[in-house]
Amino acid sequence: MTTEELEKKFQERIDAEEKIEAKDWMPADYRKTLIRQISQHAHSEVVGMLPEGNWVTRAPNLKRKAILLAKIQDEAGHGLYLYSAAETLGVERTDLIDDLNSGKAKYSSIFNYPALTWADMGAVGWLVDGAAIMNQVALCRTSYGPYARAMVRICKEESFHQRQGYDILLTLSKGNDAQKRMCQDAINRWWWPSLMMFGPPDANSPHSAQSLKWKIKRVSNDELRQRFVDMTIPQCNILGMTLPDPKLVWNQDRGHHDFGEIDWVEFNNVLKGNGPCNKERLEARLNAHNEGAWVREAAMVHAEKRARKIA
Amino acid sequence: MSSANPLLDFVLIHADNSLILSQRLSEWCGHGPVLEQDMALTNIALDHIGRARLLYQYAAELDGTGKTEDDFAFVRDELDYKNVLLAEYPNVDFAYTILRQFFMDSFYIDFLDKMVLSTDTRLSQIANKSLKETQYHYKWSKDWVIRLGDGTEVSHQKIQTALNRLWEYHGELVVPSDAEKIMIAQKIAPDFEEIKALRTQRILETFAEANLTTPSNPWQQSGGKKGYHSEHFGFLLTEMQFMQRAYPGLDW
Repeated sequence: MTTEELEKKFQERIDAEEKIEAKDWMPADYRKTLIRQISQHAHSEVVGMLPEGNWVTRAPNLKRKAILLAKIQDEAGHGLYLYSAAETLGVERTDLIDDLNSGKAKYSSIFNYPALTWADMGAVGWLVDGAAIMNQVALCRTSYGPYARAMVRICKEESFHQRQGYDILLTLSKGNDAQKRMCQDAINRWWWPSLMMFGPPDANSPHSAQSLKWKIKRVSNDELRQRFVDMTIPQCNILGMTLPDPKLVWNQDRGHHDFGEIDWVEFNNVLKGNGPCNKERLEARLNAHNEGAWVREAAMVHAEKRARKIA
Repeated sequence: MSSANPLLDFVLIHADNSLILSQRLSEWCGHGPVLEQDMALTNIALDHIGRARLLYQYAAELDGTGKTEDDFAFVRDELDYKNVLLAEYPNVDFAYTILRQFFMDSFYIDFLDKMVLSTDTRLSQIANKSLKETQYHYKWSKDWVIRLGDGTEVSHQKIQTALNRLWEYHGELVVPSDAEKIMIAQKIAPDFEEIKALRTQRILETFAEANLTTPSNPWQQSGGKKGYHSEHFGFLLTEMQFMQRAYPGLDW
C-alpha cells in the first residue's frame, strides 16, 4: 500500500472510532504529536509535584498531611503511566526526561506559579486539578489506545484530588477571618492561570484542527474552558467566595457564563520562561536528576553484578 | 521529660519515631533520584504517618485531658518529644536516608513482631498492622544498602560514609528507657535483649553482603527518648508546627 492509501485507511479507522494500538501503522505526524502531548502531560505530573511538595512538611494536621502526600504520590504514579504510554510509541523515558531537563520539552505552565499559603493546596486541587480533569475526561476517548486507557485510571484519581482540594477550601470558608482571607486570596491567584490551562483560543491554536481530525483531541480549547467556567461558578458560590472577574455573568441566550478577557501576554510570558517559578521548577528537577545519577548508576551496576553471579 | 504514666511515655516514643521519620522522608517528595524511588520514599512516609496517628489517638485516650492526635504532633515543645536521635537526623543524601531507614527497620521488624504478643490489646493490634508495612520497608532499605554498598565505587563510598556517621545513633533504639523498662516488666513490651541480638545479626549479615565495614568505635549517642535532641530538631519542629503555631486552635 502507498502512504496515501495507508493514511486514508488510518483516517477511516479513526472515523469509525477504532482505537489505534502501539503496533498499528500510523502517520509519522500522528506519532510525533502523541509523543509531544503525552510526554508533556507526564512532565506536568512530575513538575506538578513540586508546588504541593512545598507544603507537605507544613501541612496543618496529620490527616491533611497524609492526604496531601498520598495525592502527590498519585501524581508520581500518573507520571509513570504516561511515560509508559509514551514509550509504546518508540521513545525512551530517559530521553523524554532529558528533554524536560534541557528545557526543550514543555510542561503545564500552571506549575510555574508559587504555592504561597496552605489555601493554595485547596485552590490547586479544586481549580488546577478541576481544569485538568475537564481535559482528561475528554482524553479518555482519545484515539490512541494506550493513552486513552492511562487516562481512564488517572481520571478516577484526579476527581478525588479535586474533591480533596475543594474540601480544604470548604473548611477554610467556614473558619475565622484569617482562614477566609487565605481562601479568597488563593482563589484570586489561581483562577486566571487555571483558565489559561486550556491553551490559546481555538482561533490561535495551530495544532488543534489536525488533532481534532485525528481524534487525539476530542473537544476544543474554548469549549473545555467554557465547561470549566460553568461548572466552577456554582461551586464557588457554595464557598461564599468570589472569582476575580467583574465580567463574569450568566448569558441567557448562550446558556453559558460570559467571562472577561484572559491576559494572553502573561500566558505567553510564563510559557517563554518568565513565570515566577519557571527557573526554580527546572532547577529542582535538574538537581534531583543530577544528584540521583550515582544512585541510578549503582542500581544498574549492582544488577549486572548479580546477573553475572547467577549466570 | 517523662510523665507519671509510663504506658503513655512508651506510646509516645514510638509515635514520635514514626512522625519524625515520616517528616524527614517526606522532604524527599518530588526530589527522589528516580520516580519509582520517589514513590517508595513517599509510601514509607505515609505508612509512618498512619502509624503515628494510631499511636497518638491511643496516647490521647491514655492522657485523658481532651488532647487530640494533632495536639501531640504539633503543639508540644522540643523537650516533650521522645523520638530517638536517629529519626530526626537530616536526609543529607540518598545513602544517609537509606541507612537511617535500615537502622530503623532492622529494629522495628523484630520489635513489632514481638509487640503483636503484647498484653495491651490496642498496641498488639497496631503492631499487627504495622508489622506488615515494616516487612516491606525492611526489604526495601536492606536491598538498597546492599545495592549501594555493592554497586559502584562512588555508591560504596557514599554509603560507607553514611555508616561511619550514623553508626553512633543506631543503638539508642535498643536501650530501654525507664518507661520501656516498666513496660517490659509488665509484658506490654518485649524483651529488648532478644531484639537487640536479632537486630545485630540482621545488621552484620547485611553489611557483609554490602561489603561495608562496621565502625570500630562502640560509643552510642542517646537522649532522644528523654527529650534531649540534636540541634537539627528545633528547625524540623519549626517547619512542621508552623500552621498550628501561627493559627492556634483552628480546624483545617
